[in-house]
Amino acid sequence: MASIDENEVKHLAELARIKLTDEEVPQLQRDLSKILDYVDALKQVNTDGLPEIAQVTGLKNGIRADEPMPASMEERDAILRNAPATEGGYFKVKEVFKS
Amino acid sequence: MTQYEFLEISELRKLLDEKKVTSIELTRYFLERIKRLNPELNAYLTITEEVAMAQAKEADELMASGAPVPPLCGIPYAAKDLFCTQGIRTTASSLILDQFLPPHDATVIAKLKAQKAVLLGKTNLDEFAHGSSTETSAYGPSKNAWDASRIPGGSSGGSSSAVAAGMAPWALATETGGSIRQPASLTGLSGWKPTYGGVSRYGVISMASSLDSMGTMAHSVADLALTAEAISGQDKNDSTTGRNPVPQYFKNLNADLHGVKVGVPTEYFIDPSTSSGQVGMDEDVRARVIDGIKELEKLGAEIVPVSLPNTKYGSLVYAIICPSEVSSNLARYDGIRFGHVSKEAGDLLEVYTKSRAEGFGVEAKRRILTGTYVLSAGYYDAYYKKAQRVRGLIINEFAEVFKKVDVLACPTVPNVALTIGQAKSNPLFGYIADQLNIPSSLAGLPAVSIPCGFAKPKEGAETPNPEGMPVGMQIIGPQWGDQKVFNVGYAYQQATTWHKQHPKLG
Repeated sequence: MASIDENEVKHLAELARIKLTDEEVPQLQRDLSKILDYVDALKQVNTDGLPEIAQVTGLKNGIRADEPMPASMEERDAILRNAPATEGGYFKVKEVFKS
Repeated sequence: MTQYEFLEISELRKLLDEKKVTSIELTRYFLERIKRLNPELNAYLTITEEVAMAQAKEADELMASGAPVPPLCGIPYAAKDLFCTQGIRTTASSLILDQFLPPHDATVIAKLKAQKAVLLGKTNLDEFAHGSSTETSAYGPSKNAWDASRIPGGSSGGSSSAVAAGMAPWALATETGGSIRQPASLTGLSGWKPTYGGVSRYGVISMASSLDSMGTMAHSVADLALTAEAISGQDKNDSTTGRNPVPQYFKNLNADLHGVKVGVPTEYFIDPSTSSGQVGMDEDVRARVIDGIKELEKLGAEIVPVSLPNTKYGSLVYAIICPSEVSSNLARYDGIRFGHVSKEAGDLLEVYTKSRAEGFGVEAKRRILTGTYVLSAGYYDAYYKKAQRVRGLIINEFAEVFKKVDVLACPTVPNVALTIGQAKSNPLFGYIADQLNIPSSLAGLPAVSIPCGFAKPKEGAETPNPEGMPVGMQIIGPQWGDQKVFNVGYAYQQATTWHKQHPKLG
């Protein structure tokens, strides 16, 4: 049986940049344990020597020319319009380095 | 007024071509129906009335001009709210995208615009398509048009609810592991999941990129073939799209099943007495699908029993691979370039942690954390790599079976639509609900679900329809065998009338 404790859940949430409430931690601990129990049966499958499959298309790299694409000011504005904060045509973020 | 709500696309096309109706009249008819029925069914999140009327006017002008008319010109449709629509709010049913206005159209939307199809609105879904009932939507569940106390399936449940209720003749939907076939089955519709790579993913909000497939729901397989032709094809903006030309699916429809071998996989008819993480199948559902397969035999198909023993591992593999890809794809919601930003954030780290805490619902958080766990050092080999290897086994098993048969026929879902409220209490609900769809999704195979009768539910109150709720049969084909699944579904619908049954609504 796989299981996961509340400290692990908190650590995962830190890695995934999600602040959990005190109620969410035990709930997610139970849910994740259920999911890990559910997938546990995969261990029975013999996969020795089998390749790891990441995609099904069989396609190899699709390559295009590395050239700049034209973009209008309207397109730029349409992109920036969705940002919570912008300044002078740039995304605005809180300071990264503490002064 | 003439009744347009349950006409097939080809019937609407004929009316438009013969000038018996205009696109403006059709569009207004569907918009009025939406206004009347949507408050109860909650199929649409956004109704694009102004856009629709403008597009209908353009379509009417093109049809009057004598220029060639594309097959979907002037035909209204609905789009799952996962498809980006330029300047039109696109939410993925998540609060984190509540106010998102896409700067561009998804390739599929652009193709439909070029045909002068008419967008009626954006339909509800499980948040980020995480779910099988629309109950994880931040905007409340959609209702099943056959019985409003029941789920319309999911994640494309807004689309299934809308088409089944006659609030659109057809709809765009997406599937990662059952999200087209399952809702189509539960609402008595025909639904098509393409071969992975058949339709561009560009501009469709990502869930699990190695699985995401864009398809359609409609009242018949003929309509599916028509819409498939319109949205398929290689896209320079999606390098996983296939490079072959799009077949003429509609023109090539062939109802002759003589010489067609239909495999029936034993494992898809789960014995109700067994349970190892799987739920058993309703006896009535099983009986309807067996009747459906007998009908295919009557039409000339050769029925071949086959075995796919790794089927039982499909949902387990999916429960690892899907959250892994989700955790990666949902990392982009950081409160900086677009999407919700927390007002409580003091520093940059809190912009991330609080915006994501407030914006994501519980299922998204569950999948992000599950994915983060199985991809983390120490667990990566035991979970993620293991799942990738078993995925290979499942793919090979299908490939072997398709050396012996042309298509597979089996139930789409083990039961009929459940009452609203059951998904919430069970974190495994989706993985179990979709267990008959997930293996073929993992293998990237094409499939259709078609209605094949009704069955009485095992729980909940008496259904408005005395025969019960719709049952679906799925036809699964080999990779790039979309035409084969269309043909078998088309043959079935030439001989039966299940797809012509509709709920009685006001």
